[in-house]
Amino acid sequence: MTTTTIETPIGQAQPMVLNMGPQHPSTHGVLRVILELDGETILSAKSVIGYLHTGIEKSCESKTYSQCITLTDRIDYLAPLSNNLGFCLAAEKILGIEVPKRAQYIRVLLTELTRITSHLVWLGTHAIDLGAMSVFLYSFREREEIMKIYEYVSGQRMMTSYFRIGGLALEPPPGWLDKVQRVVDAMPGHIDEYEDLLTKNRIWLARTKGVGVFSAADAIAMGASGPMLRGSGVAYDVRRAFPYSSYEEFDFAVPTQTAGDCYARYQCRVAEIRESVKIVKQAMNKIPSEGPFRAELPGVIAPSREEMKTSIEGLIYHFKIFTEGFAPPPGEVYQAIESPRGELGVFMASDGSPKPYRVKFRTPSFVNLQALPNLCVGRLIADAVACIGTTDIVLGEVDR
Amino acid sequence: MESQERGQKEEAPAVGKLRQWDTNAVAEVLDFRGETTIVVPREHIRRASEFLLAEPSLQFTFLSDITTVDRFPLEPRFEVNYHLLSIERKMRLRLKVRLAGNDPIVLSVTPVWPTANWHERENFDLFGIRFEGHPDLTRILMPDDWEGYPLRKDYPVEGFR
Repeated sequence: MTTTTIETPIGQAQPMVLNMGPQHPSTHGVLRVILELDGETILSAKSVIGYLHTGIEKSCESKTYSQCITLTDRIDYLAPLSNNLGFCLAAEKILGIEVPKRAQYIRVLLTELTRITSHLVWLGTHAIDLGAMSVFLYSFREREEIMKIYEYVSGQRMMTSYFRIGGLALEPPPGWLDKVQRVVDAMPGHIDEYEDLLTKNRIWLARTKGVGVFSAADAIAMGASGPMLRGSGVAYDVRRAFPYSSYEEFDFAVPTQTAGDCYARYQCRVAEIRESVKIVKQAMNKIPSEGPFRAELPGVIAPSREEMKTSIEGLIYHFKIFTEGFAPPPGEVYQAIESPRGELGVFMASDGSPKPYRVKFRTPSFVNLQALPNLCVGRLIADAVACIGTTDIVLGEVDR
Repeated sequence: MESQERGQKEEAPAVGKLRQWDTNAVAEVLDFRGETTIVVPREHIRRASEFLLAEPSLQFTFLSDITTVDRFPLEPRFEVNYHLLSIERKMRLRLKVRLAGNDPIVLSVTPVWPTANWHERENFDLFGIRFEGHPDLTRILMPDDWEGYPLRKDYPVEGFR
Protein backbone atom coordinates (compact mmCIF):
# COMPACT_ATOMS: atom_id res chain seq x y z
CA MET A 1 0.00 0.00 0.00
CA THR A 2 1.50 3.28 -1.00
CA THR A 3 1.12 6.28 1.18
CA THR A 4 0.81 9.75 -0.18
CA THR A 5 1.64 12.83 1.77
CA ILE A 6 -0.56 15.83 1.27
CA GLU A 7 1.09 19.14 1.64
CA THR A 8 -1.08 21.53 3.61
CA PRO A 9 -0.03 25.04 2.76
CA ILE A 10 0.17 27.16 5.87
CA GLY A 11 -0.34 30.77 5.25
CA GLN A 12 -3.05 33.29 4.62
CA ALA A 13 -6.55 31.96 5.17
CA GLN A 14 -8.67 32.33 2.08
CA PRO A 15 -12.35 33.10 2.02
CA MET A 16 -14.57 30.18 1.11
CA VAL A 17 -17.14 30.60 -1.60
CA LEU A 18 -20.35 28.82 -0.71
CA ASN A 19 -23.20 28.46 -3.13
CA MET A 20 -26.65 28.72 -1.61
CA GLY A 21 -29.28 27.53 -4.04
CA PRO A 22 -30.79 27.67 -6.59
CA GLN A 23 -32.31 24.61 -5.00
CA HIS A 24 -32.49 25.29 -1.30
CA PRO A 25 -35.38 25.07 1.13
CA SER A 26 -34.73 28.49 2.61
CA THR A 27 -34.37 30.58 -0.48
CA HIS A 28 -38.13 30.42 -1.06
CA GLY A 29 -37.80 29.62 -4.67
CA VAL A 30 -35.06 29.29 -7.22
CA LEU A 31 -32.67 31.89 -5.92
CA ARG A 32 -28.94 31.42 -5.98
CA VAL A 33 -26.85 33.37 -3.48
CA ILE A 34 -23.09 33.15 -3.82
CA LEU A 35 -21.71 33.69 -0.34
CA GLU A 36 -18.10 34.47 0.34
CA LEU A 37 -17.32 33.39 3.86
CA ASP A 38 -14.54 33.90 6.32
CA GLY A 39 -15.31 31.10 8.74
CA GLU A 40 -18.95 31.81 9.44
CA THR A 41 -18.87 35.51 8.70
CA ILE A 42 -20.32 36.63 5.42
CA LEU A 43 -17.94 38.82 3.45
CA SER A 44 -20.15 39.22 0.43
CA ALA A 45 -23.48 37.92 -0.81
CA LYS A 46 -24.18 38.03 -4.51
CA SER A 47 -27.61 37.03 -5.75
CA VAL A 48 -27.97 35.30 -9.08
CA ILE A 49 -31.50 35.34 -10.40
CA GLY A 50 -33.28 34.46 -13.61
CA TYR A 51 -34.03 30.83 -12.91
CA LEU A 52 -37.76 31.49 -13.04
CA HIS A 53 -37.71 33.97 -15.91
CA THR A 54 -40.57 33.00 -18.20
CA GLY A 55 -40.85 36.12 -20.33
CA ILE A 56 -44.21 37.28 -19.00
CA GLU A 57 -43.66 40.82 -20.19
CA LYS A 58 -42.86 39.65 -23.69
CA SER A 59 -45.88 37.34 -23.71
CA CYS A 60 -48.15 40.21 -22.72
CA GLU A 61 -47.16 42.02 -25.91
CA SER A 62 -48.75 39.32 -28.03
CA LYS A 63 -52.00 38.99 -26.08
CA THR A 64 -55.00 41.27 -25.82
CA TYR A 65 -55.42 43.20 -22.59
CA SER A 66 -57.97 40.78 -21.14
CA GLN A 67 -55.83 37.78 -21.99
CA CYS A 68 -52.90 39.27 -20.09
CA ILE A 69 -54.80 39.16 -16.81
CA THR A 70 -54.29 35.41 -16.40
CA LEU A 71 -50.56 35.93 -16.89
CA THR A 72 -50.43 38.51 -14.14
CA ASP A 73 -51.59 35.96 -11.54
CA ARG A 74 -48.35 34.08 -11.99
CA ILE A 75 -46.02 36.96 -11.30
CA ASP A 76 -46.42 37.14 -7.54
CA TYR A 77 -48.08 33.79 -7.12
CA LEU A 78 -48.68 34.26 -3.40
CA ALA A 79 -50.74 37.40 -3.94
CA PRO A 80 -52.35 36.84 -7.33
CA LEU A 81 -55.23 39.25 -6.83
CA SER A 82 -52.78 42.08 -6.15
CA ASN A 83 -51.19 41.58 -9.52
CA ASN A 84 -54.61 41.42 -11.20
CA LEU A 85 -55.55 44.66 -9.49
CA GLY A 86 -52.39 46.47 -10.57
CA PHE A 87 -52.81 45.47 -14.18
CA CYS A 88 -56.52 46.27 -14.31
CA LEU A 89 -56.02 49.66 -12.67
CA ALA A 90 -53.31 50.54 -15.19
CA ALA A 91 -55.53 49.56 -18.12
CA GLU A 92 -58.47 51.42 -16.61
CA LYS A 93 -56.27 54.47 -16.23
CA ILE A 94 -55.33 54.46 -19.90
CA LEU A 95 -58.93 53.92 -20.94
CA GLY A 96 -60.24 56.46 -18.44
CA ILE A 97 -62.81 54.05 -17.00
CA GLU A 98 -64.51 54.69 -13.69
CA VAL A 99 -65.11 51.39 -11.88
CA PRO A 100 -68.45 51.20 -10.00
CA LYS A 101 -68.14 51.55 -6.21
CA ARG A 102 -69.49 48.09 -5.54
CA ALA A 103 -66.74 46.53 -7.61
CA GLN A 104 -64.15 48.77 -5.98
CA TYR A 105 -65.17 47.68 -2.47
CA ILE A 106 -65.17 44.03 -3.46
CA ARG A 107 -61.72 44.52 -4.98
CA VAL A 108 -60.48 46.09 -1.74
CA LEU A 109 -61.93 43.24 0.30
CA LEU A 110 -60.37 40.53 -1.83
CA THR A 111 -57.04 42.34 -2.09
CA GLU A 112 -56.85 42.66 1.67
CA LEU A 113 -57.66 38.95 2.04
CA THR A 114 -54.78 38.40 -0.36
CA ARG A 115 -52.54 40.46 1.87
CA ILE A 116 -53.53 38.24 4.79
CA THR A 117 -52.81 35.03 2.87
CA SER A 118 -49.49 36.35 1.65
CA HIS A 119 -48.36 37.40 5.11
CA LEU A 120 -49.48 34.03 6.50
CA VAL A 121 -47.24 32.25 4.02
CA TRP A 122 -44.41 34.61 4.85
CA LEU A 123 -44.85 34.05 8.57
CA GLY A 124 -45.00 30.29 8.24
CA THR A 125 -41.99 30.01 5.96
CA HIS A 126 -39.88 32.57 7.82
CA ALA A 127 -40.58 30.83 11.11
CA ILE A 128 -39.87 27.36 9.79
CA ASP A 129 -36.58 28.56 8.29
CA LEU A 130 -35.52 29.67 11.73
CA GLY A 131 -36.69 26.46 13.35
CA ALA A 132 -40.18 27.31 14.61
CA MET A 133 -42.01 24.60 12.74
CA SER A 134 -45.48 24.71 14.30
CA VAL A 135 -46.25 28.19 13.02
CA PHE A 136 -46.04 26.92 9.44
CA LEU A 137 -48.82 24.40 9.94
CA TYR A 138 -51.08 26.86 11.72
CA SER A 139 -50.66 29.66 9.20
CA PHE A 140 -51.35 27.35 6.28
CA ARG A 141 -54.45 26.08 8.03
CA GLU A 142 -55.76 29.65 8.22
CA ARG A 143 -54.80 30.22 4.63
CA GLU A 144 -56.91 27.22 3.59
CA GLU A 145 -60.03 28.99 4.80
CA ILE A 146 -59.29 32.00 2.63
CA MET A 147 -58.48 29.82 -0.38
CA LYS A 148 -61.89 28.23 0.03
CA ILE A 149 -63.41 31.69 -0.24
CA TYR A 150 -61.46 32.33 -3.44
CA GLU A 151 -62.66 29.04 -4.83
CA TYR A 152 -66.25 29.88 -3.96
CA VAL A 153 -66.04 33.33 -5.53
CA SER A 154 -63.92 32.75 -8.61
CA GLY A 155 -63.61 29.02 -9.09
CA GLN A 156 -59.88 28.99 -8.42
CA ARG A 157 -57.97 28.56 -5.17
CA MET A 158 -54.92 30.54 -6.18
CA MET A 159 -54.69 31.92 -9.70
CA THR A 160 -58.07 33.56 -9.49
CA SER A 161 -57.90 36.12 -12.33
CA TYR A 162 -61.07 37.44 -10.75
CA PHE A 163 -60.64 41.09 -11.71
CA ARG A 164 -61.33 42.35 -15.19
CA ILE A 165 -60.80 45.70 -16.80
CA GLY A 166 -63.75 47.69 -15.54
CA GLY A 167 -64.58 45.61 -12.47
CA LEU A 168 -64.93 41.95 -11.64
CA ALA A 169 -65.17 38.89 -13.84
CA LEU A 170 -68.34 37.49 -12.32
CA GLU A 171 -71.05 38.43 -9.89
CA PRO A 172 -69.94 37.14 -6.48
CA PRO A 173 -72.07 34.15 -5.42
CA PRO A 174 -74.70 34.42 -2.66
CA GLY A 175 -73.54 33.86 0.89
CA TRP A 176 -69.88 34.62 0.24
CA LEU A 177 -69.85 37.42 2.76
CA ASP A 178 -70.88 34.99 5.50
CA LYS A 179 -67.82 32.92 4.74
CA VAL A 180 -65.66 36.06 4.84
CA GLN A 181 -67.27 36.99 8.17
CA ARG A 182 -66.30 33.64 9.66
CA VAL A 183 -62.70 34.12 8.53
CA VAL A 184 -62.31 37.64 9.88
CA ASP A 185 -63.98 36.73 13.15
CA ALA A 186 -61.49 33.94 13.72
CA MET A 187 -58.36 35.66 12.38
CA PRO A 188 -57.46 37.98 15.30
CA GLY A 189 -57.53 34.97 17.66
CA HIS A 190 -55.20 33.09 15.34
CA ILE A 191 -52.79 36.01 15.12
CA ASP A 192 -52.74 36.11 18.91
CA GLU A 193 -51.77 32.43 18.84
CA TYR A 194 -48.85 33.09 16.50
CA GLU A 195 -47.71 36.05 18.56
CA ASP A 196 -47.85 33.85 21.66
CA LEU A 197 -45.50 31.45 19.94
CA LEU A 198 -43.06 34.00 18.55
CA THR A 199 -43.16 37.58 19.77
CA LYS A 200 -41.66 37.04 23.21
CA ASN A 201 -39.91 33.81 22.37
CA ARG A 202 -36.25 33.95 23.42
CA ILE A 203 -35.04 32.00 20.42
CA TRP A 204 -37.05 34.12 17.99
CA LEU A 205 -35.73 37.31 19.57
CA ALA A 206 -32.17 36.03 19.42
CA ARG A 207 -32.52 35.16 15.74
CA THR A 208 -34.30 38.27 14.57
CA LYS A 209 -33.50 41.19 16.87
CA GLY A 210 -30.56 43.17 15.58
CA VAL A 211 -30.30 40.92 12.54
CA GLY A 212 -30.42 42.39 9.06
CA VAL A 213 -30.44 46.02 10.14
CA PHE A 214 -31.42 48.34 7.33
CA SER A 215 -31.24 52.09 7.88
CA ALA A 216 -33.97 54.35 6.50
CA ALA A 217 -31.53 56.18 4.22
CA ASP A 218 -30.23 52.91 2.81
CA ALA A 219 -33.76 51.63 2.33
CA ILE A 220 -34.79 54.65 0.30
CA ALA A 221 -31.56 54.62 -1.69
CA MET A 222 -32.05 50.93 -2.51
CA GLY A 223 -35.65 51.51 -3.55
CA ALA A 224 -37.04 49.21 -0.87
CA SER A 225 -40.76 49.42 -0.25
CA GLY A 226 -43.38 47.76 1.87
CA PRO A 227 -42.40 46.38 5.28
CA MET A 228 -38.72 46.54 4.22
CA LEU A 229 -39.10 50.32 4.22
CA ARG A 230 -41.66 50.72 6.97
CA GLY A 231 -39.62 48.53 9.33
CA SER A 232 -36.89 51.17 9.08
CA GLY A 233 -39.17 54.03 9.99
CA VAL A 234 -40.33 55.45 6.65
CA ALA A 235 -44.13 55.51 6.67
CA TYR A 236 -44.66 55.15 2.92
CA ASP A 237 -47.66 53.09 1.87
CA VAL A 238 -49.04 53.49 -1.64
CA ARG A 239 -52.58 53.07 -0.29
CA ARG A 240 -52.09 56.26 1.70
CA ALA A 241 -49.78 58.24 -0.56
CA PHE A 242 -51.57 57.63 -3.88
CA PRO A 243 -54.91 56.02 -2.99
CA TYR A 244 -56.51 53.77 -5.58
CA SER A 245 -59.75 51.78 -5.73
CA SER A 246 -61.39 53.89 -2.96
CA TYR A 247 -58.81 53.09 -0.27
CA GLU A 248 -59.17 56.70 0.88
CA GLU A 249 -62.57 55.78 2.32
CA PHE A 250 -61.15 53.15 4.65
CA ASP A 251 -59.82 53.69 8.11
CA PHE A 252 -56.63 51.76 8.76
CA ALA A 253 -53.22 52.35 10.26
CA VAL A 254 -49.91 51.87 8.49
CA PRO A 255 -47.72 49.95 10.95
CA THR A 256 -44.20 51.35 11.10
CA GLN A 257 -41.25 50.39 13.25
CA THR A 258 -37.92 52.13 13.64
CA ALA A 259 -35.40 49.41 14.49
CA GLY A 260 -34.98 48.29 10.88
CA ASP A 261 -34.13 44.72 11.82
CA CYS A 262 -35.87 41.42 11.07
CA TYR A 263 -37.88 41.65 14.27
CA ALA A 264 -39.19 45.10 13.30
CA ARG A 265 -40.32 43.81 9.92
CA TYR A 266 -41.95 40.84 11.64
CA GLN A 267 -43.87 43.23 13.87
CA CYS A 268 -44.91 45.32 10.86
CA ARG A 269 -46.25 42.38 8.94
CA VAL A 270 -48.16 40.88 11.86
CA ALA A 271 -49.70 44.28 12.55
CA GLU A 272 -50.57 44.54 8.86
CA ILE A 273 -52.58 41.33 9.10
CA ARG A 274 -54.63 42.89 11.88
CA GLU A 275 -55.11 46.07 9.86
CA SER A 276 -56.21 44.05 6.85
CA VAL A 277 -58.84 42.34 9.00
CA LYS A 278 -60.12 45.79 9.95
CA ILE A 279 -60.30 46.85 6.31
CA VAL A 280 -62.14 43.66 5.33
CA LYS A 281 -64.73 44.27 8.06
CA GLN A 282 -65.26 47.83 6.84
CA ALA A 283 -65.52 46.68 3.25
CA MET A 284 -68.14 44.09 4.15
CA ASN A 285 -70.31 46.82 5.62
CA LYS A 286 -69.79 49.12 2.66
CA ILE A 287 -70.54 46.72 -0.18
CA PRO A 288 -74.03 47.48 -1.52
CA SER A 289 -76.05 44.32 -1.93
CA GLU A 290 -77.05 45.31 -5.43
CA GLY A 291 -75.35 47.12 -8.19
CA PRO A 292 -73.17 46.58 -11.21
CA PHE A 293 -70.00 44.56 -10.75
CA ARG A 294 -68.48 46.02 -13.93
CA ALA A 295 -68.44 49.41 -15.58
CA GLU A 296 -70.29 49.91 -18.81
CA LEU A 297 -68.37 50.82 -21.89
CA PRO A 298 -69.70 49.21 -25.05
CA GLY A 299 -66.94 48.06 -27.29
CA VAL A 300 -64.45 47.78 -24.43
CA ILE A 301 -66.15 45.96 -21.57
CA ALA A 302 -68.05 42.84 -22.56
CA PRO A 303 -71.85 42.97 -22.20
CA SER A 304 -73.62 40.73 -19.71
CA ARG A 305 -74.63 37.25 -20.83
CA GLU A 306 -78.32 38.19 -21.09
CA GLU A 307 -77.50 41.18 -23.23
CA MET A 308 -75.29 39.09 -25.43
CA LYS A 309 -78.01 36.50 -25.90
CA THR A 310 -80.96 38.80 -26.38
CA SER A 311 -79.76 41.87 -28.26
CA ILE A 312 -77.93 42.11 -31.55
CA GLU A 313 -75.65 44.89 -30.33
CA GLY A 314 -74.69 42.80 -27.32
CA LEU A 315 -73.81 39.92 -29.62
CA ILE A 316 -71.76 42.10 -31.94
CA TYR A 317 -69.84 43.74 -29.10
CA HIS A 318 -69.22 40.37 -27.45
CA PHE A 319 -67.86 38.95 -30.69
CA LYS A 320 -65.65 41.93 -31.40
CA ILE A 321 -64.27 42.14 -27.87
CA PHE A 322 -63.38 38.48 -27.64
CA THR A 323 -61.93 38.10 -31.11
CA GLU A 324 -60.22 41.37 -31.88
CA GLY A 325 -60.11 42.98 -28.46
CA PHE A 326 -60.50 46.66 -27.70
CA ALA A 327 -58.06 49.41 -28.55
CA PRO A 328 -57.25 51.92 -25.80
CA PRO A 329 -55.93 55.35 -26.72
CA PRO A 330 -52.15 55.59 -27.18
CA GLY A 331 -50.27 56.69 -24.07
CA GLU A 332 -48.21 55.51 -21.13
CA VAL A 333 -49.16 55.14 -17.50
CA TYR A 334 -47.45 53.95 -14.36
CA GLN A 335 -49.90 52.60 -11.80
CA ALA A 336 -48.59 51.56 -8.41
CA ILE A 337 -50.39 49.54 -5.76
CA GLU A 338 -49.34 48.37 -2.34
CA SER A 339 -48.86 44.64 -2.71
CA PRO A 340 -48.00 42.63 0.42
CA ARG A 341 -44.32 42.95 -0.53
CA GLY A 342 -44.19 46.62 -1.33
CA GLU A 343 -44.83 48.92 -4.25
CA LEU A 344 -46.00 46.93 -7.22
CA GLY A 345 -45.88 49.18 -10.25
CA VAL A 346 -47.35 48.45 -13.63
CA PHE A 347 -45.99 50.53 -16.49
CA MET A 348 -48.23 50.16 -19.50
CA ALA A 349 -47.56 51.68 -22.89
CA SER A 350 -50.35 51.54 -25.43
CA ASP A 351 -49.94 52.32 -29.12
CA GLY A 352 -53.63 52.27 -29.93
CA SER A 353 -53.73 48.59 -30.84
CA PRO A 354 -55.68 45.86 -28.99
CA LYS A 355 -52.45 44.40 -27.62
CA PRO A 356 -50.35 46.28 -25.06
CA TYR A 357 -47.19 47.65 -26.64
CA ARG A 358 -45.12 47.26 -23.51
CA VAL A 359 -46.03 46.12 -20.01
CA LYS A 360 -43.43 46.35 -17.31
CA PHE A 361 -44.06 45.01 -13.82
CA ARG A 362 -42.00 46.88 -11.28
CA THR A 363 -42.04 44.11 -8.72
CA PRO A 364 -41.11 44.82 -5.10
CA SER A 365 -39.27 41.51 -4.67
CA PHE A 366 -36.85 42.31 -7.50
CA VAL A 367 -35.93 45.62 -5.92
CA ASN A 368 -35.95 44.44 -2.29
CA LEU A 369 -33.71 41.47 -3.13
CA GLN A 370 -31.06 43.84 -4.39
CA ALA A 371 -30.66 45.03 -0.80
CA LEU A 372 -29.72 41.57 0.50
CA PRO A 373 -26.00 42.40 0.82
CA ASN A 374 -26.93 45.45 2.89
CA LEU A 375 -28.70 43.15 5.31
CA CYS A 376 -26.40 40.21 5.75
CA VAL A 377 -22.82 41.24 4.98
CA GLY A 378 -20.79 41.12 8.17
CA ARG A 379 -23.19 38.78 9.91
CA LEU A 380 -23.04 35.04 10.38
CA ILE A 381 -24.14 32.58 7.77
CA ALA A 382 -27.22 31.55 9.74
CA ASP A 383 -28.39 35.15 9.53
CA ALA A 384 -28.43 34.90 5.73
CA VAL A 385 -31.46 32.65 6.08
CA ALA A 386 -33.20 35.14 8.35
CA CYS A 387 -32.35 37.99 5.97
CA ILE A 388 -33.65 36.22 2.88
CA GLY A 389 -36.82 35.37 4.77
CA THR A 390 -37.34 38.90 5.95
CA THR A 391 -37.19 40.35 2.43
CA ASP A 392 -40.33 38.28 1.70
CA ILE A 393 -39.37 37.58 -1.88
CA VAL A 394 -41.35 35.57 -4.35
CA LEU A 395 -39.18 34.38 -7.22
CA GLY A 396 -41.99 34.62 -9.72
CA GLU A 397 -41.95 38.33 -9.02
CA VAL A 398 -38.19 38.65 -9.05
CA ASP A 399 -37.75 36.96 -12.40
CA ARG A 400 -41.11 37.29 -14.20
CA MET B 1 -53.49 63.61 -6.72
CA GLU B 2 -52.00 67.07 -6.93
CA SER B 3 -51.90 67.29 -10.68
CA GLN B 4 -55.57 66.43 -10.96
CA GLU B 5 -56.55 69.26 -8.63
CA ARG B 6 -54.62 71.88 -10.55
CA GLY B 7 -56.00 73.40 -13.71
CA GLN B 8 -55.04 71.88 -17.00
CA LYS B 9 -52.70 74.73 -17.91
CA GLU B 10 -50.57 74.36 -14.77
CA GLU B 11 -47.40 72.34 -14.86
CA ALA B 12 -46.01 70.00 -12.27
CA PRO B 13 -43.60 71.93 -9.99
CA ALA B 14 -40.72 69.69 -11.03
CA VAL B 15 -40.98 70.90 -14.62
CA GLY B 16 -40.67 74.54 -13.64
CA LYS B 17 -37.79 73.89 -11.27
CA LEU B 18 -35.91 71.81 -13.82
CA ARG B 19 -36.40 74.45 -16.52
CA GLN B 20 -35.22 77.15 -14.15
CA TRP B 21 -32.08 75.19 -13.35
CA ASP B 22 -31.24 74.41 -16.97
CA THR B 23 -33.63 74.95 -19.89
CA ASN B 24 -31.67 72.49 -21.99
CA ALA B 25 -32.58 69.68 -19.62
CA VAL B 26 -36.25 69.90 -20.58
CA ALA B 27 -36.65 68.94 -24.23
CA GLU B 28 -40.36 68.19 -24.04
CA VAL B 29 -43.09 67.87 -21.44
CA LEU B 30 -45.85 65.30 -21.89
CA ASP B 31 -48.97 64.98 -19.79
CA PHE B 32 -51.29 61.98 -19.92
CA ARG B 33 -53.92 60.97 -17.35
CA GLY B 34 -52.41 63.28 -14.77
CA GLU B 35 -48.88 61.90 -15.16
CA THR B 36 -46.07 64.24 -16.13
CA THR B 37 -43.23 63.05 -18.33
CA ILE B 38 -40.17 65.19 -18.97
CA VAL B 39 -38.13 64.24 -22.00
CA VAL B 40 -34.51 64.86 -21.03
CA PRO B 41 -31.75 64.85 -23.64
CA ARG B 42 -29.32 62.01 -23.11
CA GLU B 43 -26.35 64.15 -22.11
CA HIS B 44 -28.26 65.83 -19.27
CA ILE B 45 -29.81 62.83 -17.54
CA ARG B 46 -27.17 62.34 -14.84
CA ARG B 47 -27.01 66.01 -13.84
CA ALA B 48 -30.80 66.38 -13.99
CA SER B 49 -31.15 63.33 -11.72
CA GLU B 50 -28.71 64.80 -9.22
CA PHE B 51 -30.63 68.06 -9.26
CA LEU B 52 -34.02 66.40 -8.77
CA LEU B 53 -32.65 64.37 -5.88
CA ALA B 54 -31.02 67.25 -4.07
CA GLU B 55 -33.45 70.13 -4.71
CA PRO B 56 -35.10 70.75 -1.30
CA SER B 57 -38.55 71.54 -2.69
CA LEU B 58 -38.65 68.36 -4.78
CA GLN B 59 -36.59 65.63 -3.01
CA PHE B 60 -37.00 62.85 -5.56
CA THR B 61 -35.07 60.44 -3.37
CA PHE B 62 -36.78 57.28 -4.56
CA LEU B 63 -36.28 55.71 -7.96
CA SER B 64 -39.17 53.32 -8.52
CA ASP B 65 -38.28 51.84 -11.86
CA ILE B 66 -36.29 52.13 -15.07
CA THR B 67 -38.23 50.85 -18.07
CA THR B 68 -37.37 50.81 -21.73
CA VAL B 69 -39.80 50.85 -24.63
CA ASP B 70 -38.58 49.69 -28.04
CA ARG B 71 -40.25 51.66 -30.84
CA PHE B 72 -38.72 49.63 -33.68
CA PRO B 73 -38.83 50.48 -36.59
CA LEU B 74 -39.43 54.11 -35.56
CA GLU B 75 -36.45 56.25 -34.62
CA PRO B 76 -35.28 57.24 -32.03
CA ARG B 77 -35.76 53.57 -31.30
CA PHE B 78 -35.46 53.29 -27.53
CA GLU B 79 -37.15 55.31 -24.84
CA VAL B 80 -35.68 54.80 -21.39
CA ASN B 81 -38.15 55.89 -18.70
CA TYR B 82 -37.06 56.69 -15.16
CA HIS B 83 -39.92 56.66 -12.64
CA LEU B 84 -39.13 58.96 -9.75
CA LEU B 85 -40.98 59.34 -6.49
CA SER B 86 -40.75 61.92 -3.77
CA ILE B 87 -41.94 60.30 -0.55
CA GLU B 88 -42.03 63.58 1.38
CA ARG B 89 -43.92 65.53 -1.30
CA LYS B 90 -46.06 62.59 -2.52
CA MET B 91 -45.15 63.35 -6.11
CA ARG B 92 -44.30 61.12 -9.01
CA LEU B 93 -42.39 62.11 -12.13
CA ARG B 94 -41.25 60.30 -15.25
CA LEU B 95 -38.04 61.21 -17.06
CA LYS B 96 -37.67 59.93 -20.58
CA VAL B 97 -34.46 59.63 -22.56
CA ARG B 98 -34.70 58.85 -26.26
CA LEU B 99 -31.89 56.79 -27.73
CA ALA B 100 -31.14 55.91 -31.34
CA GLY B 101 -31.16 52.27 -32.34
CA ASN B 102 -27.54 52.23 -33.47
CA ASP B 103 -26.30 54.10 -30.38
CA PRO B 104 -28.21 52.95 -27.28
CA ILE B 105 -25.79 54.30 -24.71
CA VAL B 106 -26.65 56.50 -21.76
CA LEU B 107 -24.89 57.45 -18.54
CA SER B 108 -25.75 55.27 -15.56
CA VAL B 109 -27.62 56.85 -12.63
CA THR B 110 -26.34 54.36 -10.04
CA PRO B 111 -24.27 57.07 -8.30
CA VAL B 112 -27.50 59.02 -7.77
CA TRP B 113 -29.85 56.17 -6.82
CA PRO B 114 -28.05 52.90 -5.94
CA THR B 115 -31.25 50.98 -6.63
CA ALA B 116 -30.70 51.67 -10.34
CA ASN B 117 -28.04 48.95 -10.37
CA TRP B 118 -30.32 45.99 -11.02
CA HIS B 119 -32.82 48.01 -13.07
CA GLU B 120 -30.08 49.02 -15.50
CA ARG B 121 -28.75 45.48 -15.64
CA GLU B 122 -32.24 44.29 -16.56
CA ASN B 123 -32.59 46.89 -19.30
CA PHE B 124 -29.17 45.95 -20.63
CA ASP B 125 -30.07 42.25 -20.53
CA LEU B 126 -33.43 42.55 -22.24
CA PHE B 127 -32.92 45.55 -24.56
CA GLY B 128 -29.20 45.99 -25.00
CA ILE B 129 -29.04 49.52 -23.59
CA ARG B 130 -25.49 50.27 -22.43
CA PHE B 131 -25.25 52.23 -19.21
CA GLU B 132 -21.90 53.94 -19.04
CA GLY B 133 -20.27 53.89 -15.65
CA HIS B 134 -22.33 51.03 -14.30
CA PRO B 135 -20.28 48.99 -11.78
CA ASP B 136 -21.30 45.56 -13.12
CA LEU B 137 -23.23 45.64 -16.40
CA THR B 138 -23.91 41.93 -16.87
CA ARG B 139 -26.97 39.92 -17.72
CA ILE B 140 -29.30 39.40 -14.83
CA LEU B 141 -32.34 37.42 -15.96
CA MET B 142 -31.08 35.60 -19.03
CA PRO B 143 -28.20 33.11 -18.82
CA ASP B 144 -24.77 34.73 -18.97
CA ASP B 145 -23.96 33.41 -22.42
CA TRP B 146 -27.26 34.36 -24.07
CA GLU B 147 -27.05 36.12 -27.41
CA GLY B 148 -29.60 38.69 -28.38
CA TYR B 149 -31.87 41.00 -26.45
CA PRO B 150 -35.22 39.26 -25.91
CA LEU B 151 -37.57 42.17 -25.31
CA ARG B 152 -36.63 43.97 -28.51
CA LYS B 153 -39.41 44.05 -31.04
CA ASP B 154 -37.34 42.24 -33.67
CA TYR B 155 -36.78 39.29 -31.31
CA PRO B 156 -39.38 36.52 -31.66
CA VAL B 157 -41.79 35.61 -28.86
CA GLU B 158 -41.14 31.92 -29.41
CA GLY B 159 -39.18 29.69 -31.70
CA PHE B 160 -35.55 29.74 -32.67
CA ARG B 161 -33.68 32.87 -31.71
